[in-house]
Amino acid sequence: MIEVKDIVKSFDGNVVLNHVTTEMRDGEVNMIIGQSGSGKTVLMKSLIGLHSIDSGQILYDGTNIAEMQSNDIRMLHRQVGMLFQGSALFDSMSVMENVLFPMEMFSHKSREEMRERAEFCLRRVEMPERVWHLMPSEISGGQQKRVAIARAIVLEPKYLFCDEPNSGLDPRTSLVIDALIQDITKEYNICTVINSHDMNSIMEIGDNIVFLKGGKKEWQGSRHEIMTSDNEALNDFVFASELFKKIKQIKN
Amino acid sequence: MHICKKSCKFADFLICVSMRIFQHIGEYTLLMGRVLRLPDRQRMFWRQFSRELEKQGLQSLPIVLLISVFIGAILTIQAKINTENPLLPTYITGLLTRDTLLLEFSSTILCLILAGKVGSNIASEIGTMRITEQIDAMEIMGVNSANYLILPKILAFMTMMPMLVIISTAAGLIGGYGVGALTDIITIHDYLVGVQYAFNPYFVTYAIIKALVFAFVITSMSSYYGYYARGGALEVGKASTNAVVNSNIMILFLDLILSKLLL
Repeated sequence: MIEVKDIVKSFDGNVVLNHVTTEMRDGEVNMIIGQSGSGKTVLMKSLIGLHSIDSGQILYDGTNIAEMQSNDIRMLHRQVGMLFQGSALFDSMSVMENVLFPMEMFSHKSREEMRERAEFCLRRVEMPERVWHLMPSEISGGQQKRVAIARAIVLEPKYLFCDEPNSGLDPRTSLVIDALIQDITKEYNICTVINSHDMNSIMEIGDNIVFLKGGKKEWQGSRHEIMTSDNEALNDFVFASELFKKIKQIKN
Repeated sequence: MHICKKSCKFADFLICVSMRIFQHIGEYTLLMGRVLRLPDRQRMFWRQFSRELEKQGLQSLPIVLLISVFIGAILTIQAKINTENPLLPTYITGLLTRDTLLLEFSSTILCLILAGKVGSNIASEIGTMRITEQIDAMEIMGVNSANYLILPKILAFMTMMPMLVIISTAAGLIGGYGVGALTDIITIHDYLVGVQYAFNPYFVTYAIIKALVFAFVITSMSSYYGYYARGGALEVGKASTNAVVNSNIMILFLDLILSKLLL
């Protein structure tokens, strides 16, 4: 579990995160939502430790990352999987080599065991065997996302961070990626944190949703509670389109 | 009043430039602190190292041979024209060609040329990895990305550069020999006597020391500009240009210092 306690983060005096307190639970898809500039990315980067915070605490299973030595942070990072917006696959390596990379760096398994694990992860994300030897530039955007998920889970992480996992994907592929992230979260009891403003994803897989506005936590709840929430800012954001407004009316 | 304002602006500009230089030196030193460590995994390091040997060394060989043969031939022709004097011995052309190749062309000018090829390649490769978040991905995995990406490049180029310098000198001498064999500008005998006359083996050591230093400068500075690239394709292009220009300036500056210290 990741606990965020009263964190403040500013850049050149401009406060981007303003006393945010929340928690991200294991085995759940935790989503950070909000408009562009609301502080989603900064919150996620602060959680991972890529940004240092001005005040407050970020606790990983009760341990404050601010009090960790750099070695401990590196050890923590080995328990973290990350899915980037642009997949961030290593373009000088094949699909298989990308998935093998974290194990080759940190695992003490034999070559055969590593290969088996990589094959298992690639099969788990439904990547056909015929593309395993291809380079990332030779596969589609959706397949790149799958490979990135396989790479993120290959070391059996406790935490999975996804930065806008559906950006640039068509609606059908987005649904497949969402389902995959949800299944993996439940299957391995991972604490998954997703930064998104894709309404389909939010309504589809969001177990615990944190809504940020202007750097403050405006609302927190599940995807089912969104429908009945009377928070004006949340409703403005979530039900901005006519389609979602109608869905809410029907639902209510 | 007007002059005062102008001088204030000039002072601000100087302070700004100085701060920028100090910032670059600081960032470069910190980066090298992360690069020059024992690799996390030896096996991964050697794999990267052998790839870099091939990419930076072997792939540079054709251009090194081509340029060196031509420059050797041109140097021989020019040396002959400039030493057409009955008071000078006939072997002076070969001697001049040999020493110019060894002392300056193969050890410095070649490095300036390779700074363009290897330096821009490194800066754009690492810069692209930075802007496409591949370096962030490594960092989040807990990999020391600077060490993993940059150390093999530096060590591979430092391994290959002395060899390229020796090959370049040999190719240049062959180019000069070709002038003797194919034209009547100089006889082969005069050329070969000159090439062997009063040879100082220390010049080879001097050339190799310079090659090692310049190889470090090219790879580390290019990696630095790539590693701190931010933005998009335009910034990667700028990083690549800055890497080549600043490596060249640093090579010339260090060439002066090393020549003063070592010769």
